[in-house]
Amino acid sequence: MNAIRTLLARPWIWSFIGALIVWLAAITFTGGYGAGGMITAALSLAVFMVIVGIGQMFVITLGPGNVDLSLPANIGLASAVAMKVMDGSNSMIAVGLIAALASGMAVGAANYLLIRVLRIPPIIATLSSSFIVLSIDIAYGRGLQIKPPPAFADFTNIQILGIPILAIGGVIFAFLAGIALQRMIYGRSVLAIGQNMRAAWLAGIPVERIRFLTYTLSGALGGINGALLAGYFRGASVDIGNEYLLSSIAVVVIGGTSVAGGKANVPGIWGASLFLVLLLTMLNTFGVSAGVRLLLTGLIIVGVITAAGGQPAQR
Amino acid sequence: MSAVTSAEPAVRTGWRSPAFARMLRALLPALSLALILIAIAWLNPRAISYFGFNLMLNLAIPIALATIAQMFVITVNELDLSIGTFVGFVGCVTATWLRDAPLLGVIVLLASIGVYAALGALIHLRNLPSIVVTLGMSFVWQGLAILMLPKPGGKAPDWLQGFMSLKPPFVPFPVIAAIVIALGVHFALMRTSYGAVLRGTGGNAQAIRRAGWSILKTKVTMFALAGVFGVLSGMALVGITTSADANLGNGYTLLAIAGVILGGGEFIGGRVSPIGAVIGALTLALAASPLLTFMHIPPDWQVAANGAILIIVLAARALISRREADR
Repeated sequence: MNAIRTLLARPWIWSFIGALIVWLAAITFTGGYGAGGMITAALSLAVFMVIVGIGQMFVITLGPGNVDLSLPANIGLASAVAMKVMDGSNSMIAVGLIAALASGMAVGAANYLLIRVLRIPPIIATLSSSFIVLSIDIAYGRGLQIKPPPAFADFTNIQILGIPILAIGGVIFAFLAGIALQRMIYGRSVLAIGQNMRAAWLAGIPVERIRFLTYTLSGALGGINGALLAGYFRGASVDIGNEYLLSSIAVVVIGGTSVAGGKANVPGIWGASLFLVLLLTMLNTFGVSAGVRLLLTGLIIVGVITAAGGQPAQR
Repeated sequence: MSAVTSAEPAVRTGWRSPAFARMLRALLPALSLALILIAIAWLNPRAISYFGFNLMLNLAIPIALATIAQMFVITVNELDLSIGTFVGFVGCVTATWLRDAPLLGVIVLLASIGVYAALGALIHLRNLPSIVVTLGMSFVWQGLAILMLPKPGGKAPDWLQGFMSLKPPFVPFPVIAAIVIALGVHFALMRTSYGAVLRGTGGNAQAIRRAGWSILKTKVTMFALAGVFGVLSGMALVGITTSADANLGNGYTLLAIAGVILGGGEFIGGRVSPIGAVIGALTLALAASPLLTFMHIPPDWQVAANGAILIIVLAARALISRREADR
């Protein structure tokens, strides 16, 4: 009993419970048909949310106002860069991934420069830079119809015992991110800055270097995500990352990370991503129209956040 | 940050004085608008005419109204990520029910303002992050809009179309509308005593509470006002486009935030400026298309030019604020 009680006290457990309930509702509706396939598909799609969600989590943890709105444009550009560099040939996969990573890191570093040098609030800085990145993507990726190299496309679909290899990689990555957050100087510094930037600075934490690293990290993860998405969906497109603007923020917050900063939660991101993906799957199996699907998604997000409650008032 | 400011020399008179910096900061939104107007006049002198302004600024009215709605929410340190889809939803109601069954349309619009007020109460009572709640609501409004108008269509009520295409003598209608909106909201928020309480909720909620005011009431008021201006924005938009589409207002969420910040507002502390916000919205509306078309910027790069304009104006403001902080 004690074990259950300590488990229930974890903030991230609720997102997993939510995911489970949604999955049960969906397979009850189908009469048990496709229960396993649903999980396989959900795991694949959730990985993409987890990757950008973790980047967004580190940014949001930096404190109030810190958020990366450039992710969708970043993902779109990186998907185009990856496809163009790989050019459909298996031998160029690694180079293409590195190019996508570099493109993402460049966007992240540019975001930080806008915030630091020009002193623009992060929301507006990442928003304006996303406009510019979007334009670069439109001009660069015009008429781009390069298929991913076969080996890369296959890789994004490999399954081991019904578990997509991407999901396994995603779990390992989340585990490493959890260690970086809780056990490494970098993560502890991010948390300290989020709790009180001035106190962190007085304590000798290199505040600006950590912020630079965090925005670059978020950009880099967006870049990797773009390349993987292009492999999974068989090609790059300008709007491939659009849904990740809202969902990256949503999984962070539903997963138990504080939007006020200084308190982060990695496992919750996995739970929240599974929850959101399974929620969409459930509404799809119910066969509801697009309007009803959006309506219910919104109501459930508001309902979940109301039930989970906000943070206690700041001291 | 404090290390940077203390390194500046303490010259306190003339053009380096904090007072001058403050004035410059207040004037910056107007200056950037003037710069854009000069650029347009230089590139195409014929645009600076009654007809030209009517054409260029037509869409600025709904943007300005949405910006004011966002400004109310930002005043109490919250953020509304749903204003864009809300404008789209209102547009759909206006183009269907408000025309065919006016009573039902009015009831639905009033109810949606009620929803906004309830959101303010919910966010305050449960201490929820407004970003997430309004994020969820953006799906709700979009879903409702798609349910009402699965395909673009509908038709704006004739009286609304007539009102939006008014041709007053000498001064184009959008200019008059912008001035009325800016001055009206400025008076209510900046010049009345309850307006000071509302702004104080963003500046120092505890002080306002100890002075005996209800924070719940101020937050509900501000969210309800945001709803009212969202409704006005949606109606104005449909009055101009004459038909509606569920995705009509999607771009307005970020435009409205940018407009508030461009106009000198800040995300926290209740520091906002209604006149600045309207000017910010006009600047964005002008910069969005006419300027770029005149400059022969290819369509691919128009979005980038928009972002660059935002960055330049905000960077200029940051430089001025740095000097202002040097007190």
